[in-house]
Amino acid sequence: MQAFLAFADHYSYVITILLMVGGLYIVVSRSNMVKKLVGLSIFQTSVYLLYLEPAKIVGGTAPILAPDFTVYSNPLPHVLILTAIVVGVGTLALGLALVVRIHEAYGTIDDDEIKPQDGG
Amino acid sequence: MEALWSHLPALQIVIPLLGGVLVALVRRGSLAFALTLVVSWVLPVVSGLLLYQVLSTGPISYALGGWPPPWGIEYRVDVLNAFVLMLVSAIGAIIMPFARRSVALEVGERRSAWFYCMYLMCLAGLLGVAITGDAFNAFVFLEISSLSTYVLIALGRDRRALVAAFRYLIMGTIGATFYVIGVGLLYVLTGSLNMVDIAQRLAVAPPEQARAMVAALAFLTVGISLKLALFPLHSWLPGAYAYAPSWATVFLSATATKVAIYLLVRFLFSIFGGALDLRSLPVAEILIALSVAAMFIASFIAVYQSNLKRMLAYSSLAQIGYMMLGIGIANQAALTGGLVHLVNHAIMKAALFMAMGSLFYRVGTVRLTEIAGIGRKMPLTMGAFVVAGLGIIGTPGTAGFISKWYLAVGALDRGWWVLVFLLVASSLISVLYIGRVIEMAWFRPAADGLAEAKDPPLSMLLPLLLLAAATIYFGIDTRLTAGIAGEAAQFLLGGLR
Amino acid sequence: MNSDVILRVGTKLILPFILLFAIYVQFHGEYGPGGGFQAGVIAAAAVILVAITFGHSAAKRIAPRGLVEHMVPLGVLIYAGTGVACFFLGGNYLDYGVLAHDPIHGRHLGIFLVEIGVAVTVSGTMVALFYAFVERGR
Repeated sequence: MQAFLAFADHYSYVITILLMVGGLYIVVSRSNMVKKLVGLSIFQTSVYLLYLEPAKIVGGTAPILAPDFTVYSNPLPHVLILTAIVVGVGTLALGLALVVRIHEAYGTIDDDEIKPQDGG
Repeated sequence: MEALWSHLPALQIVIPLLGGVLVALVRRGSLAFALTLVVSWVLPVVSGLLLYQVLSTGPISYALGGWPPPWGIEYRVDVLNAFVLMLVSAIGAIIMPFARRSVALEVGERRSAWFYCMYLMCLAGLLGVAITGDAFNAFVFLEISSLSTYVLIALGRDRRALVAAFRYLIMGTIGATFYVIGVGLLYVLTGSLNMVDIAQRLAVAPPEQARAMVAALAFLTVGISLKLALFPLHSWLPGAYAYAPSWATVFLSATATKVAIYLLVRFLFSIFGGALDLRSLPVAEILIALSVAAMFIASFIAVYQSNLKRMLAYSSLAQIGYMMLGIGIANQAALTGGLVHLVNHAIMKAALFMAMGSLFYRVGTVRLTEIAGIGRKMPLTMGAFVVAGLGIIGTPGTAGFISKWYLAVGALDRGWWVLVFLLVASSLISVLYIGRVIEMAWFRPAADGLAEAKDPPLSMLLPLLLLAAATIYFGIDTRLTAGIAGEAAQFLLGGLR
Repeated sequence: MNSDVILRVGTKLILPFILLFAIYVQFHGEYGPGGGFQAGVIAAAAVILVAITFGHSAAKRIAPRGLVEHMVPLGVLIYAGTGVACFFLGGNYLDYGVLAHDPIHGRHLGIFLVEIGVAVTVSGTMVALFYAFVERGR
C-alpha cells in the first residue's frame, strides 16, 4: 500500500521517465531517419512534462490579480516550455527538411542504406 | 554614444541578431557580405570594451527588459565570459575576409546570403550562451547557435554534408534536451533560473537535496559534453567538420566547442562548485580519464585519415581532451592551461582549417595523396600550415606550448607525473599526423595537375598569415592570453567549496 | 483542380472567419489567451487551406513567395527594433516601460508592437515552410 501511494504520488514522473527512455530508445534503435525524428520529439516531450508537473497547483488559477483568488499557478514553467516547444518545432522542421534533401540525394532515408552508398 | 555605453551587454547580442535579419532582407550576395563584415568587425570592439570594463571595475550586470535579477533575464559579464566573448568575436572578425571567395566557391553566390544570415545567427547564439546569466536563456541561445550550425553544415557541396548535419542534429538535440532536464531539476530544487541565484540557493540547500543535485549535475555534464564533443560523445564532429563548407569549419572549430566548454566550466565551478563537494564525487576522475582517452584515441585515428579536414577534426577532438584535462585537474595552473588552450587552439585550428580552405580554393581537393609537393606551389599557405601545425604539436615558442606547459605544471602540482608523461606522449602522436602532411607537401616532387596552383588571393591569405603570426606571438607574449585566463581561473577556484 | 463543390464553397465561407479570428486572437493577446504566435499560425492556416483546396498557385496569388520570405526576417526586425527603441528612450533593451508617458501604457504599447512582429514572423515562417515542402515534390 505504502509503495503504491508513493507511486501514485509521483505517477507523472513515471510517465516522464517512460517517455524519455522510450523516445531515446527509438532514436538509437531505428535506422529510418523519420522515425529517429519521431523518437526525438517524444524524448523532448518528456521534458515538457517534467517542467509542467511541478508547476501545477490543484485549484490554482491563472496568475492575474483578482480579489476572489489567492492561489495561483506559476506561469514561468509554462512560458519556458512554450519556448522549448518552439525550439522543438524548429528542430523538427529542420530535421525533416534535411531528410527531404537526403532523400533527393540518396534515394533513401534509411541510415543503413546510406552508409554503403558513400563507401562505408 | 553615452546612452549606448551602458547597453554594451545587450548590443553584443542585438548587433549580430539585427545584422542577420538585415542580411536575410537584402539577400544580395555582395551586400550581404558587406553587412556581415561590418557586424563582425564591430563586435570585437563591443567585447573589448566589455572586457576592459570588467577588468577595471568588476562584473557587469544587465537586466533585460528592466526586470531586475533574479526575476528577469540577467546578462552577467565577469572575467571568464568577457574572455570567451572576446575570443568568439575576435576570431569571427579575423576570419571574416576569408569568407567571401571561399563561400562564393563552395556555397554558391545564390545561397551565400543565407549562409551569412545563418552565420550571424550562430554568432548571436554563441555570444548569447557566453553572456547570459540565466540557465534557461542559455539553452535558447544554445539551440539558436546549434540550429544555424546544422544549416551551415548542410550547405556543404558534398551530399555527405547532409547526413553529417542530420547526425549532428540528432546528437545535438539530445545534448540540449539533457541540458534542459538538468536545468529543470535545478529549477525544481531552487525555484530560480538565474545562475548566481541558483548557486546561492544550492549552497544553503538541506543535505537531503544532494541526490537531486547530483542527478542535475550528471544530466548537465552529459548534455554539454555532447555539445562540446568530449571523447565518447564525439561521433557527430568528424563528419560535420569534414563536409561543411571550409569557412564554416574554420568558424565552428574555433568557436562552437569553446563556448560549450565555457558553459560546462560555468556550471561545474560557479554553480555546483559551491554547493556540492565535487572532490567527493568522481567528476574529476571521469573527466580526466575521458580527456586522456580523447588525447590518445582521437590522435591515433587522425594519423590514419586521408581527408585532411577529417584529420584536423580528429585532432580537434584530441585538443578538446587537453582543455577538459585542465578542467578535470582543477588547480590554478591546470585550469589556466585549459582556459588558455581555448584561445590558443582556436587560433591554431582556425589557421589550419583556413589553409585547408585555401587548398580547396586553389586545387579543389583536401586529400593527402593529391597534394604532393604543394608546398612549393603555395609556399605562404603551407608555411602557415607548418607554423600552426607546430603549435598543435606544442613546440616551444608557439602558443600550443604555453597551454601544455601550464597543464603539465598543474599535473605536477598534484603529483600526477603520469599525466605529464601522457601529455608528452600524446603530443608525439600529433607529430605523426602533422608531420605526414608536411612531408607530403614539402618533401615530395609536385604532382601533375598542381602546376597551376598558387597562393590564394590576399583577402584569404591575410587572415591565415595573421593567425599563424598569432600562434608565434602568443607563444612568446602571454600577458593577454594566459594573464586573463589566470585571472578567470582564480575567480573560478575562489568559488569552490 | 479539385472540383468538390462542398470543399470549395466551404473554404470560401470559412475563410473570412479564420482571418477574423486571427485578428481577434492577435489584438486580444494582452488580456486573454492568445497573442502573436497563435494569431500568426491561424492566419497562416488560412493561406494553407486555400492552397489545399484551390491549389498551390491560388495561394501564391494571395501570399506570393517573395512576400512570405521577407515576412520572416521583417517580424524579427520589428521585435528587435522595439527593443532598440527602448535604448534610445532611456530604458534597458526591451524595457517597454519607457515607450509611452507612463510605464503601464508603455508596456501595453511595447507588447502590442512585439506581438505584431511575432505574428508577422510566425505566419511568414509557416507559409514559407509549407511552400518549401510542397514545391520539393514536383
